[in-house]
Amino acid sequence: MDILIQILITGIATGGVYGLIALGFVLIYKATSIVNLATGAFMTLGAFICFTFLDNLKFPFWAAFIGTLVCAVLLGIILERLILRQLIGEPIISVVMVTIGLAIAMQGLTTIIWSSEYRSFPEIFPPDPLDLGFSVVPSGLLWGFIFALAGMIFFLLFFKFSRTGVSMRATANDQQAALSMGISVRRIFALSWSFGALAAFVGGIVIGNMSGISIYMGDIGLKVLAVIILGGLDSITGAILGGFIIGILENLAGLYLDPIFGGGVKGVAPFFILVVILMIRPYGLFGKEEIERV
Amino acid sequence: MRCADFKESYIKDEEIFQSLFVKVWIGVFFVFLLVFPVFADPYVLYIANMIGFAVIAAVGLNILTGFTGQISLGHAAFAGVGGYACAIFITRLNMPFWFALPCGGFVAAIAGLIIGIPSLRVKGLYLCMATLASQFIFEFFFIHWESLTKGIRGINVPPPMIGSFAFDTEKSYYYLTLAVTILALVYGRNLVRSRVGRAFVAIRDRDLAAEIMGISLFRYKLTAFAISSFYAGVAGGLWVCFLRIVTPEHFPFHLSIQYLAMVIVGGLGSILGSIFGAVFMTLVPEILNVVTGNLRDIFPAAGKLFIPLKDVVFGSLIVIFLIFEPRGLAEIWRRIKAFFLLWPFSY
Repeated sequence: MDILIQILITGIATGGVYGLIALGFVLIYKATSIVNLATGAFMTLGAFICFTFLDNLKFPFWAAFIGTLVCAVLLGIILERLILRQLIGEPIISVVMVTIGLAIAMQGLTTIIWSSEYRSFPEIFPPDPLDLGFSVVPSGLLWGFIFALAGMIFFLLFFKFSRTGVSMRATANDQQAALSMGISVRRIFALSWSFGALAAFVGGIVIGNMSGISIYMGDIGLKVLAVIILGGLDSITGAILGGFIIGILENLAGLYLDPIFGGGVKGVAPFFILVVILMIRPYGLFGKEEIERV
Repeated sequence: MRCADFKESYIKDEEIFQSLFVKVWIGVFFVFLLVFPVFADPYVLYIANMIGFAVIAAVGLNILTGFTGQISLGHAAFAGVGGYACAIFITRLNMPFWFALPCGGFVAAIAGLIIGIPSLRVKGLYLCMATLASQFIFEFFFIHWESLTKGIRGINVPPPMIGSFAFDTEKSYYYLTLAVTILALVYGRNLVRSRVGRAFVAIRDRDLAAEIMGISLFRYKLTAFAISSFYAGVAGGLWVCFLRIVTPEHFPFHLSIQYLAMVIVGGLGSILGSIFGAVFMTLVPEILNVVTGNLRDIFPAAGKLFIPLKDVVFGSLIVIFLIFEPRGLAEIWRRIKAFFLLWPFSY
């Protein structure tokens, strides 16, 4: 029983991080209808940039964090202007392949700049685990969860109350109507990419803090696809809830099925779930039901 | 338009090689392909073999993605299924190579049929996700179904034998690859101008309209998946027998991307384009390898840069082609041809 509770807590904490990364996907998809398969590469880049600020430039953590966020915004704007704006309205295969090409190129560049060595993140949070009485939460997971939660709350409030957030929702809803209300749709697209990059960068920092950074950490970006399909591609609530569900299911699968298959189930479980969702309910729990059937 | 280029029957219009010039030139090229291994060194022959495998897989993927419009992000998994099946048939069941290779292809085709089933329910982005997931699921089985695949240690395969002749050098294997590649190309080119090929194109252009015109989506989509995976399986089987070992590492997600990149860079919906794409995407890393090798003498650090640099060039090529030349090398080739045909009066 103890181990089950422990697994559930780990699941919820990793699920929070998945939810945060999934937000990065959803923010971009809502505005531009592009699924950004380069999210994994974004995460890796974010983690490395933060690492450079902390380790090489000896910034305090808050300054490094803000510096990383600024880089994320700049990256989002530059990529949108140079590459992704040309792709609006292109067939899906082009869009998907461009983001994949981008991911591969970015991963290569990251390796050239920082080399492919594994590095552990400098200690930025107090290392004491949190004792809940019936179970213990390791510090990395706890802080990861706090950051993910803070990120989600920030985005939820932003979309609910700020002027920019509302105009982003309006653009997602109907581009022409948004244009005629005086919203600059181009600026919204650039903003969406910045926010998507922002969420991915924070996700990268959190994961780097939990398990160290290397160029392979971007693989998590693909697992998160299961989260966004489960939650619905264009739903923020769905991304968050989906993150928790996938996080818990994945850890449970690891606990109960690993002995049967000899390990590795945890890594592949999200993809099984993905296929099952696509068969049963392709638009996810909260997604708009506009999927075209054949 | 070309001058004096009119046809009196549909059969003439559908011919693959339309003029005497092209026929001669293909003949010369074929003779060149037969003769050049005599003078080439093993490294060049190794690359020629790799190009052959790539061409087979790319033509298969182009039938699925370029002609039928169904995206597959898991084609390396089909190649893996074919490769594993071929290796298992040869080592466990003692099948002769010439029989095991198509059997491996058929097993891959069955895998493709199963993965193709979601394509009947979902399309576009969602099909992308389904095939991507299948890639990782197949990889999981390659690693963890140890009783069949021997896990990460892999299976050792003897060199292929036909009769008592063993294809155990790069040169002899080259002729085997060449023969299979030509078979694959001839079948592929003829398929796309048949009823089946036209049905594929109709499905790509508008599936609902195709259904109304009496094309069974169920049948033709699954046919496309099966044929395409058959090609991938044969390519995988050939590759495995060439390397004489098969491990899960040979069929990663990256290979799926590489196949798609070949099809896109070459030109979607063009058999010639798949050949161009496969040749181009196989040669570029090798050229880079030579360049960084030479740079290493001047800057010793350049050697370490080769692998990430390969990724950067590979990724950028995909992005650049999709933005500036979405119809690929085949379109560039067509423009060059048109320039010379019409020169000097292009209007």
